[in-house]
This record gives sequence, structure tokens and C-alpha cells, in this order.
Amino acid sequence: MKKLLILGAGTAGTMMANKMRKLLARDEWDITIVDQYKTHYYQPGFLFIPFGMYTKNDVIKPKSDFFPVGVNVIYSKIDKIVADKNQVLLDEGVVLQYDYMIIATGTRTAPEEVDGLKGNLWYKDIFDFYTIEGAVALARHFKTWQGGELVINIAELPYKCPVAPLEFAFFADAFFTERGMRDKVNITYVTPLPGAFTKPRATKMLGELLEQKNINIIPDFNIMEVDNEGKKIIDYGGKEIPFDCLVSIPTNMGDDMIERSGLGDDMNFVLTDKFTLRQKDHENIFVLGDAANIPTSKAGSVAHFAAEILEENLMCAIEGRPLTAKFDGHANCYIETGYGKGTLIDFNYDTEPLPGSFPFPGLGPFGLLKVTRTNHYGKLMFRWIYWHILLKGKEMPIDSEMQMAGKKL
Amino acid sequence: MDKLIAGVNVSVNEEGYLTDSSQWTKEIAAAIAAEEGVELTDKHYELIEFVRNKVANGETLTIRGIGKSGVVNAKEFYGLFPGAPLKKATKISGVPKPTSCI
Repeated sequence: MKKLLILGAGTAGTMMANKMRKLLARDEWDITIVDQYKTHYYQPGFLFIPFGMYTKNDVIKPKSDFFPVGVNVIYSKIDKIVADKNQVLLDEGVVLQYDYMIIATGTRTAPEEVDGLKGNLWYKDIFDFYTIEGAVALARHFKTWQGGELVINIAELPYKCPVAPLEFAFFADAFFTERGMRDKVNITYVTPLPGAFTKPRATKMLGELLEQKNINIIPDFNIMEVDNEGKKIIDYGGKEIPFDCLVSIPTNMGDDMIERSGLGDDMNFVLTDKFTLRQKDHENIFVLGDAANIPTSKAGSVAHFAAEILEENLMCAIEGRPLTAKFDGHANCYIETGYGKGTLIDFNYDTEPLPGSFPFPGLGPFGLLKVTRTNHYGKLMFRWIYWHILLKGKEMPIDSEMQMAGKKL
Repeated sequence: MDKLIAGVNVSVNEEGYLTDSSQWTKEIAAAIAAEEGVELTDKHYELIEFVRNKVANGETLTIRGIGKSGVVNAKEFYGLFPGAPLKKATKISGVPKPTSCI
């Protein structure tokens, strides 16, 4: 029996288990998936928790609900990959052998990377919303918060779901307005980027939206430390910003196991060919999702589009053919803008987010770089699609390759 | 487009970054630095060498990476190129501006 090993049973790993079990003959291929946790989190839902729109129960299901029949599941921590021997060492001394492997161990928040971030005020006046614990703690805090300086700070690039901090700012504006206390809350968005987003048109559109909503933006801020006593964040250039409530998007890092295995960059993201999705130094290792160091967004939509490329290339490799599929870096993000409306961006390695309609040219129903109600419903509907279609690796009516039709240059 | 820097005609983009890294010289670096309000010291040149090597190897430049370079830590890097260290350092080093992809 040949062995396909999948490390990580999050969005990317689970999709691949479903796809590959359909493609690989049961009497020829063993498929094993390894993850240390038993709970699958619907991570796009974390954003809604601090504002009481979702609770914890809305975003969790057992991982086992999404594995296909015929896949071995191991719940264990991973010690390291010994790529030269095609082996993975689990904690407790178990050794797994593989013919092909997919690394899908994702990214984690690493608040310990910024001095003082995980200090006395952590989960008292300083929160994150990229973990279930942080999102729930912040929801509790907001219920009784009397207002003051609300500072949203991105510690470092890259970080998962690059639009989520903006959505958080828009939601906060709407939330405190609806509670009749917006005049007591000053919202400041502090980012290492030169503007609200990376690419010109989206930056302009989203920057104007921040301005309309009376949200201050402080760009080019690279945080050095959090002063817990003085309640301020300080950047390397000496800029200081006071806060009463700090919502931090901590440094994102790949799994520590990647460092122990010597397969990653200095942030533990796996060195990956951005077109083929193959690991740079090992022909039988592929990488999917946030774990890869490819220059596109760390987001479920990217993992979903890339999964179709990986499926094809993995089959090419297994059958000894040249890799024929080429990933274009396609990302597609619904952006909540508050008050039941949202916007949408669609882009890839080479093409910045442009205005237009999606997915059907001229028809939509979704508007690119436009604020509409339909876009908001698209995001809400997506939770159902995620649980029932996406994780199970079923076809979606959207091309994995970004389409120019429907976009306006 | 072409621009006359330190008496040499070099090709630059609309933001003034050299488009051909091989045209770079120490004199050009000093001239661009002066435009950016930076006076180059030995430490600057040491860092410029690090930056040029990194880029030549196809590696991505980050403030974290430079902070771990052994040449300077992140705070010292800000001291050398005040304000926007990565943008200034790359411009003076004659390499492309780092693209932040998120």
C-alpha cells in the first residue's frame, strides 16, 4: 500500500482528505490525516463574536464530521518531519512513513513576539479576535465597556484574513453607534501598511470608508512594545498611541514543528513554489493553505482555490507526469462594512482588486468594491457553504483561476 | 525613465527606485540617501550590503529579517533610516521596494 499523509485537519487539510480519497483507489492508497485538536472552528465566524452576533456554538463542530470514510485519523501533536527519510515523528514516539505528503498545518497567532502584548492587561484591556478565547473574552468586555480609546493594531505582516481587522473596525463603529455611545468611543486603526490595504484601488475605497465612519487611520506603524502601565503602544520610530482597549492582531507564525523540521522561513512558513504548490526542496511534499509562504492572502478562499490546483498537481506527481496546474494566487474576500452591508474583493498575484460584478459579468449578484446588502448576505450564506460544500471538497460554481470578465480596469 | 544621479544616468521607476540593480554604486547610494535626508555611515553600508545580498538571493526583506541580520536590531534599523526604514533602505540600496502582500 502506498501512503498519502496529510498534516493538519483544518480547512485545507480536510478539503484535501475529501478530494484525494475520491481520486486515489482504496486498495492502493492509505490516506492518513493528523491533527492535535478534535474541534473544527469556522474561523471567519470569530469576527462576529465580539459584537454578540455569533456565539461560540455557532462556530464549532467536531472535525470528525468532515472526514470521508476510508481515511485514518490520528489526533496527536507532531514532533517533526524528517523529509530525507520520508518520515513524520509524532509525539509519544509514533513514526509515520509516507510516499507523498501534504503540509496543511496553518498559522497561529504569536502574541509573545511583541514585548508586553501578553502582559498584565492581556484579556483585561488587550484582546485578540483570531482565537476563540480572545473573541469570547472581548465579547464579554464589550458588554460593559464604558468607552474611550479603542485601538486596533496589526503587529506584523503577513497575517491571516487581511480584511478582518478592517471589518472589525466597521463593526465596532456600527456596534457602538447602535448602543448610543459612539461619541464616547474613539476608534483608531493602526497598521504597518502605508494605507488601509495593500493595492491602490482597494486602499482608496476602504480608506474612504474608514473616513466616512469617522475611524482614524495611522499607517506605517511597526509596533515595538506595549506599555501596560502607561496603556500605550510604541513603535520602533518612537510613535506612541494611547489606548483604553487594544484589539491586537498579533504576529502570525507557522507551526513550530516546521522550524524543527528545517522546512520553513524565519516565520516558520513552509518554503513553497507559488505556482506548483510543491515544497521547494522535496518533490514528494506539497503545501496548502496558511502554512505556505506563497505571496497571497492567508485565507480559506485561497486554500479552496489552491486545493483544485494541488489536487491536479499531486495526481501528476503520483503518476510521474510534469506538474500541469499553475496557481495564480486567487483570493476572494467578502468584507463586512456594518449595518447589514458588505463589499467584496477578488484578486490574484498579478491583478489588484478591481471594481465590477461577481461571479457573473454584468449580473453579479455581488458587487466588487461596492457596498451592498447582497454582499453581506453572501458572507452570511458562506457559513452554510463552508460546512456543507467547501470542507467536503465538493465543486463550487466559482473558477479557481481568477476571471477578468466582469471587472473594470 | 532615466535620472541623473551622482553624475550617472540610471533608469528609475516613478518613485525613484533603480530598475536595474547592477547600475548601483556607492556614490549613487550616497546621492539618493541625501535626497532622503540620510547621511551614510559605515553601518549603513554594512546594512546595504546585507540588503543587496538578500535581494540577489531572491529572499524577501522584512523588518523582522533585518532585525535578525546580525548587522543591526530592528530599533537600530529605524535609527539608521528614520521614518520608513524598509522603503528608504531599499531605495538607497538600489533594489526594488518590498511589496507587502497580505
